Amino acid sequence: MKLVTAIIKPHQLDQVKEALEAYGISGMTVSEASGYGRQRGHSEVYRGAEYTVDFVPKVRVEVLVDDIDASSVVDVILKTAQTGRIGDGKIWTVPVEEVVRVRTGERGIEAL
Amino acid sequence: MEINTGDTAWVLASAALVLFMTPGLALFYGGMVRSKSVLNMMIMSFAAMGTIAVSWVLWGYSEAFGESWNGLIGNPFQHFGLDGLLGDRIFGTIPAAAFVAFQSVFAIIAVALISGAIADRAKFGAWTIFTVVWATVVYFPVAHWVFAFDGFAAEKGGWIANQLKAIDFAGGTAIHINAGAAGLALALVLGKRVGFGKEPMRPHNLTLVMLGAGILWFGWFGFNAGSALGANGTAAIAWVNTLAATGAAMLGWLLVEKMRDGHPTTLGAASGVVAGLVAITPACSALTPVGSVVLGILAGAACAYAVGLKFRLGYDDSLDVVGVHLVGGLVGTIGVGFLASKSAPAGVDGLFYGGGVDQLWRQTVGALAVLAFSFIATYVIGLALEKTIGFRLEREAEIAGIDLQEHAESGYDLGGYTGGRFGGTAVPSPASSTKTTEEISA
Repeated sequence: MKLVTAIIKPHQLDQVKEALEAYGISGMTVSEASGYGRQRGHSEVYRGAEYTVDFVPKVRVEVLVDDIDASSVVDVILKTAQTGRIGDGKIWTVPVEEVVRVRTGERGIEAL
Repeated sequence: MEINTGDTAWVLASAALVLFMTPGLALFYGGMVRSKSVLNMMIMSFAAMGTIAVSWVLWGYSEAFGESWNGLIGNPFQHFGLDGLLGDRIFGTIPAAAFVAFQSVFAIIAVALISGAIADRAKFGAWTIFTVVWATVVYFPVAHWVFAFDGFAAEKGGWIANQLKAIDFAGGTAIHINAGAAGLALALVLGKRVGFGKEPMRPHNLTLVMLGAGILWFGWFGFNAGSALGANGTAAIAWVNTLAATGAAMLGWLLVEKMRDGHPTTLGAASGVVAGLVAITPACSALTPVGSVVLGILAGAACAYAVGLKFRLGYDDSLDVVGVHLVGGLVGTIGVGFLASKSAPAGVDGLFYGGGVDQLWRQTVGALAVLAFSFIATYVIGLALEKTIGFRLEREAEIAGIDLQEHAESGYDLGGYTGGRFGGTAVPSPASSTKTTEEISA
């Protein structure tokens, strides 16, 4: 199994979610995140004093998938989260040793 | 003279309008600090509503409007506890008690204004004591200088009103220059906030700031138009001028921001509103509406530049009491010397209307006298409190947040692990709620 994590622009979330559902993914975890990459932050001015805000609001989407689905899921997210402008985010995949469904105790693929 | 019911009704309503300005100020200031100190910022204003209400009826009124000692201070014992004012005493066309009520709320807001200069870092107990000491030593005497006219509340009044004859209709010197200079003194005594100039200290809630500015503007009609002490033409002109100057000041501030920073901001609009209100306060009976627009634009632009001074000069006037109230008060008070017109109720011509420099020097002397007295006296009071009971909060407590340290509360509970829809990790202790504890153990 694999964990696919995507950091995306907040307003792309709905599109990504719908596309993942359409692909057949039955669950995901979403959290608010903030950070920066090459995009860096932005500046805000209050009463003439300029503040540099380094961390830009982002959304982190996490999906657990079977090994064979991993690269297609990455493609689905890539296609829907991409606007072509800086700050679109990143996607990465890591191997997962074990997954357990808390309610039933099912393990592995059964628990996805 | 007899009581005029219309005048009395207007003065009492105005007094309530002016009292409403102080909670408005609490919102205006509260939104501008970081979320960890919003409650302390707001209660500093409310504390003044408590301490000044009490000291005003005990000795404050008498100190400001009792029989004058050389034009410098009223006799604090003459009307102690409002003695002698409860019967049929009439000042002008209103009951004496209506005048007492109207002037009381001026004292409250003057004190509350100072709190913005020392946001996030003043011990609450020391602040509470400061409000009483400052009102007694600084505000009540200065109110006497400016507001106590001969033969109104007492036979002899204050020196600025009667000898100098500077025009200060609603308190540009007594309230704004006074509070602004006091704010500067306290900011110097207490020192900079931890991280000032290095860490971002952004306003945590600009919607509160906008709401507060709106309430201030609303209440300010009582402040300025109410100062006519009657429902009459002077009140109406003061009202119109308060509208015109304030609108112009907001535009002036926004224009400076657009040209200098690239974006007009909500904080700029709210600040411009207050700058305009401050500037028109001394001038609203002496200017034409066109003169008020000119004064407003000048005040808005001047204050928009003045708020940047603290970074260059290195003092932490946290919420710009100096940049807005001291500078705005100076623009308004001295502006009267230039822009006053005989066609307005005060009936004086300023320099630009052919009146020469006569009124201009009176205005300047009045403004500088209040500035100097307030700054020196406040510095001494602040230093005395700091050396005795301690005024400045401890460094660790300031970093953790003054709300928790001084009040054991936090301003916002928006869910997450500290409460809200997940129930929270905090369990009520038996001391604070026995019933809930039983429910939990059951």
